[in-house]
Amino acid sequence: MSLLRVENVSKHFGSLVAVNGVSMTVEPGELRAVIGPNGAGKTTFFNLISGFLTQTSGKIIFDGEDVSNLLPARRVWRGMARTFQITEVFPELSVRENLRVPVEVAAGHRLSPWMSSDTSSEMSARVSELLDMGGLSDKANRLVGELSHGDQRATEIMMALALKPRLLLLDEPTAGMGDQETYDITQLIRKLHRDQKMSIVLIEHDMRVVFHLADRIMVLAEGKMLAEGTPKDIAANEVVQAAYLGKAAA
Amino acid sequence: MGPVDLQKQAPNVVVWLLLLAMPFWMPAVGGYVELGSRVVVLGLAAMALNFLLGYTGVLSFGHAAYFGLGAYGAGMTIRYLVPSTSLGLVIGMLVGTIAGALIGPLIIRLRGVYFAMVTIAFGQVFYFIAFRWNSVTGGDDGLTGWTRQPLNLGFTTLDIQNDARTFYYLVLAVFAICVGVMAWLLRSPFGRTLIAIRENERRARFLGIPVDQHIWISWVISCAFVSMAGALYALLNNFVDPRALYWTQSGDFVIMAVLGGMRSFWGPLIGAAIFVVLQDYLSSQTENWMSFVGLFFVLVVLFFPRGVLGIIRRKVTT
Repeated sequence: MSLLRVENVSKHFGSLVAVNGVSMTVEPGELRAVIGPNGAGKTTFFNLISGFLTQTSGKIIFDGEDVSNLLPARRVWRGMARTFQITEVFPELSVRENLRVPVEVAAGHRLSPWMSSDTSSEMSARVSELLDMGGLSDKANRLVGELSHGDQRATEIMMALALKPRLLLLDEPTAGMGDQETYDITQLIRKLHRDQKMSIVLIEHDMRVVFHLADRIMVLAEGKMLAEGTPKDIAANEVVQAAYLGKAAA
Repeated sequence: MGPVDLQKQAPNVVVWLLLLAMPFWMPAVGGYVELGSRVVVLGLAAMALNFLLGYTGVLSFGHAAYFGLGAYGAGMTIRYLVPSTSLGLVIGMLVGTIAGALIGPLIIRLRGVYFAMVTIAFGQVFYFIAFRWNSVTGGDDGLTGWTRQPLNLGFTTLDIQNDARTFYYLVLAVFAICVGVMAWLLRSPFGRTLIAIRENERRARFLGIPVDQHIWISWVISCAFVSMAGALYALLNNFVDPRALYWTQSGDFVIMAVLGGMRSFWGPLIGAAIFVVLQDYLSSQTENWMSFVGLFFVLVVLFFPRGVLGIIRRKVTT
């Protein structure tokens, strides 16, 4: 069974149609990239999947269940986690505390007024594990707001992973990063995909990253799906090339 | 548990020592014991407000409603139901908490100025009820004809009626329990979700925290402790009047929290102490005492946005 099935979703903002009848299926363990020129509706499409916006029409089926009308937090409980194009973290908390919150939420402790020292050290161990994986151990006690852009991005991705998601949604994970940082993040995503068989959907502008990582690529333009296929198919697709070069579609 | 971090505990030790010894040093510096009780009671109210303001990032401008309900709840229990101080406190707290819990769902979806405005509006509703319902609340003249009762603990009876010091220690004991519970909650996983909401609501939501639900709980906790402060306030004065519910009283709580420093746990208590002492001293000198408190407030906000405790902290760290 597909992990995520987006069926014919549209989103209208007044007379503007940001997403127009787009469908997509993501299989378990797949890494899917969504690309397209600026204003193609990629982020809106993401916001519909994660519940940040409600679709005007269409359906979103996650793991066999219709989640189209569920609040974001409830989609998270079912296993969706996301990052944002503009980094969303808790800037005045330390990296460790940033990770501690999702670790405790994922373990079902969000309402706990109390925690045994055993559980507490279990949570700390999980936080350390994530710090390690994100290469953030030596910055664990620094405030996230003081870190470099790349480290803030890494923190945000680790926060999403702390939720133990079954589907990870990454909105331009390498946006605004230098070459080394882009490389590090790419390696991290690759590792998650290869080693942990995590299902990932990502929006990305950097084509090196996209073609390096993705199993399948979907191209959006002006709110519609332009093409879908393996990186090879997409690279050879004339319609896509035309869209990217700004010519009228053949 | 690791070894106790002395440097971290130092402020707590200082605060508790000062509070415990207050009836003894207060008269020496020109105050009196009741003034100390006032500081502690209003400090509790400001700290309760700050649970919501400083630690959840939600500004209520109507906390006087629950403060006043706690006060009337305590006063009316003793006046009409049973002459029992402890029952007065419990019922006062319950009345304010229940009102907060019921009003909560109507307002927690609002944010920022809208939330603040609606909390004022609800506060004013209770104010007008207390003001108009003469036969029960005493209206503008206030609820009189009752006093706090000696507190029977089973093995001994505390004369809180005539002995200001004994009453101070009752107030301090209640304060200690309330403040202890708040500190404990803030260090729990639940407390961390509140701070997460304060820091970045969108991020919190997408980490699986149902933000509205958590704000509601924080709101009810805050209302519970502010109504306990209100109940104590009624006992302190042996009197309640509608001004305890008025929106300017809500404003005073916000001023106390911001003045002392809303990002620090003890800040609002310091703010309340400054406010109460300034009020006591200035109001005997001039009728326009509030202008001076206001001026002081503006100066602190302009130059020390983290409040008085923020100044002290910066001095310590640099």
